[in-house]
Amino acid sequence: MSIWVNSGTKVVVQGLTGKEGRFHAEKCREYGTKIVAGVTPGKGGQNVDGVPVFNTVEDAVSETGANASLIFVPPPFAADAILEAADAGIEVVVCITEGIPALDMVRVQRILQGLPTRLIGGNCPGIITPGETKLGIMPGHITIPGPIGVVSRSGTLTYEAIGQLTALELGQSTAVGIGGDALPGTNFIDCLEAFEEDKDTEGIVMIGEIGGSAEEDAAEFIEQFVSKPVAAFIAGQTAPPGRRMGHAGAIISGGKGTAADKIAALKAAGIAIAATPAEIGTTMKRAMQSRSMV
Amino acid sequence: MKIHEYQGKEVLAKHGVPVPRGIVITEASEARAAAEELGGRVVVKAQIHAGGRGKGGGVKLADNPDEAVEFAEEILGMTLITKQTGPEGKLVRTVLIEEALPIDRELYLGVVLDRSEGFPVMMASRFGGMAIEEVAEENPDAILKAHFDPDVGLHPYLSRKLAFGLGLEGDAFKQGIKFMHALAKAYCETDASLLEINPLVTTTDGRVIALDAKMNIDDSAMYRHPDIAEMRDIHEEDPLEVEASEFDLNYIKLDGDIGCMVNGAGLAMATMDIINHYGGEPANFLDVGGDASQERVAVAFRILLSDPSVKGVLVNIFGGIVRCDMVARGVVAAAEEVKLKIPLVVRLEGTNVEEGRQVLADSGLDLIVGKGMADAAEKVVEAVGRAS
Repeated sequence: MSIWVNSGTKVVVQGLTGKEGRFHAEKCREYGTKIVAGVTPGKGGQNVDGVPVFNTVEDAVSETGANASLIFVPPPFAADAILEAADAGIEVVVCITEGIPALDMVRVQRILQGLPTRLIGGNCPGIITPGETKLGIMPGHITIPGPIGVVSRSGTLTYEAIGQLTALELGQSTAVGIGGDALPGTNFIDCLEAFEEDKDTEGIVMIGEIGGSAEEDAAEFIEQFVSKPVAAFIAGQTAPPGRRMGHAGAIISGGKGTAADKIAALKAAGIAIAATPAEIGTTMKRAMQSRSMV
Repeated sequence: MKIHEYQGKEVLAKHGVPVPRGIVITEASEARAAAEELGGRVVVKAQIHAGGRGKGGGVKLADNPDEAVEFAEEILGMTLITKQTGPEGKLVRTVLIEEALPIDRELYLGVVLDRSEGFPVMMASRFGGMAIEEVAEENPDAILKAHFDPDVGLHPYLSRKLAFGLGLEGDAFKQGIKFMHALAKAYCETDASLLEINPLVTTTDGRVIALDAKMNIDDSAMYRHPDIAEMRDIHEEDPLEVEASEFDLNYIKLDGDIGCMVNGAGLAMATMDIINHYGGEPANFLDVGGDASQERVAVAFRILLSDPSVKGVLVNIFGGIVRCDMVARGVVAAAEEVKLKIPLVVRLEGTNVEEGRQVLADSGLDLIVGKGMADAAEKVVEAVGRAS
C-alpha cells in the first residue's frame, strides 16, 4: 500500500560519512528503513555505525543489492551524485541537498530522460511509506499508515498536513516531498498518476506554493485522469511578487505563478481547496465524506 | 542575485555580446570627460536594480558634454521612483554614460529557464521597450520562442527562425544571429536565471546591440562565479535582509505589523497567509531553517524586532527532527535576551510538544501559547489589535 518505496526497499546513502548523512541515516534506520550501504569516494572499506561504505554506487549496488539511494552530498557535487546513482541502475533516487544550480538540474533531467530511474528532489524532505520505510529527513512518528497519499513542494508544511491527517485518524499511504526547487525530478503529475494507480490510496492531499505552473498542470491532469478525491492547499497567497520566498522555485515572476491563479485552476478542476493551512486535514476528510469514503 | 545594467553589460561584453561603449561614473564632474570620449552625444542612465527608469526620469539623452554634466548632476543622488521601486524609490549612486546610437529598430530578446519544459528558452519579440509580460498578455503570438540545451547551445535553425521572425535583414540578420548565439552562451556560462535585452536595437549601419541589459544570476550557482559575486550591491537591498543573509536566514521584509518566525519556507508562507486570513498583516517572511536552534532564534528575534513597525510576534515551529522542548528553551532564552516588550504568541507542534509547552509555561515570560495554527494566528492578530 504505497508508491515507489516499501519495506523491501534497500537504500544506499550517498554522503553517509558527512554529518547530515550520518545523522539522518541513523534516524531512517530507527524508523525501520533498510540502509544497506554508504558511498563516499575515497572512503571505501570504512563503515559508519556498522553500515559498509563504498567508493562508488556501482560497488555498493553489486555488493549489497541496493535499489534506492538517498543523497546528502553538498550542492556542487549533487548533480554528479544523482547521475552516478542512475548509472548504477538505482530505481529511486532521493536527493535532499538544497542549493543545486538550476542548470545542473537541466542537465540531470535531460540525461535521466529515457532511464528507468526516478529522481525525487533536490531540496526535498524525501519520501515516507508509514510503517514501512522512510528515505528522508521527515519525522516518522507523526505518520500513521492509511489511505491518503500526500504530495508537497514544502517540508515542514507537509509535516503540518500529515499531523492534521493523523489527528483525524486519516493515515497515509505514502507522503512525497517533491521539493522547493524550480526543476524537481518528480513533479505533482508523476505522484498523482502513481497515487491514482495505487489501489491502497483512496484520497490525495496536494500542497503547492507560488512559482511556476506545476499546480495548474496538475489541475488539468486531475480533471482528466484522477478519480480519487483531491484536497489542495497553496502557500504564498500573501507573498509579494518578484521575491524568492525561501525556496528557489517559490517566486512570482512577470505576474505568473501567483497563488490566486493556482487556486482558480484547481477550483475549476473541482478540487477541494483548504482556505487556510489549518484546514488541510479537515478539507481532505470532507472531500472523502462527500463521496461516502469515510 | 541581481546586478546593475553596467555590470551586466560588462559580463555580456566578455562573452562576445555587443554592447554600447560606456563609462561608469559616481561624480557628476566625471561626466564631461566621459561624454567627450564617447563622441559628445551620450545617454545618461541611472543605475538601480529596478526597471522603468526612463519613465521615472532616470535616463536622459544629452546632445553635448555640457548637457551630460547637467543630467548627471540631476540624476546622481536623486531618489528615483519607478513602478518597480515602490513609493519610497531608490537612491541613485552610480550613473552609466553611453554613446548615443543611430537606432533603426527596437526589439526584445530574453533568456529564462522554462520550468515546464526543463530547458532555457530564448524569447524574441518585435515590441522592443515593452515589458514581455504585457506583450504576452496582449499579443501572445508576437513572442517567438526557442528552447535550447545548455551543453549544445542554440541550434542555428532556431536562431534563424527568431531572426526571420523579428524581420531582420541583410547585415542586421547576420549580426542578430551572432548576437543570439553569444547571448545563449553567456546565459549558460554565467548561470544566469534571467537575461533580458530590452530593447535590443538595430542601428542604421546594420549593427545589433544590447541597448539595455537586465541580468540575474542563479543564487545556487554563485560559488562558480566569484567575479560576479563581487558585483553584489548591498545598497540595493534592505539592510535587515542583508543582516539576515549573513546568518543564513531567509528574511523578506513586508509592509504589515505582525512579525513571524517559522521553520521551513512553505510553512512560513502559510503562516503569513493565515495571519492575513484572520485580518492581520504579516511584517515579514522569515524561515529560521529546519533546526531552529537557540542561536538562530535569537538572531531572528533581533532582526524581526529591528523593524519598528512590528507590534507583535508569532513564532510557529513544527518540530520534526528537532524537539519542541529544545525549540521552546531557545525561544525563551532569546526572548529574555532581547527583552521582548510586545505580544509574543508561540505555537509549537511535533516532537515532545507537551514538554515544549511546559517550558513555555514555566518560563515566567508573558507569552501567549497558541494551540494549532489557526488559534495562534487569531491570538496574535487580536493581541496586536488590542495593543494599538
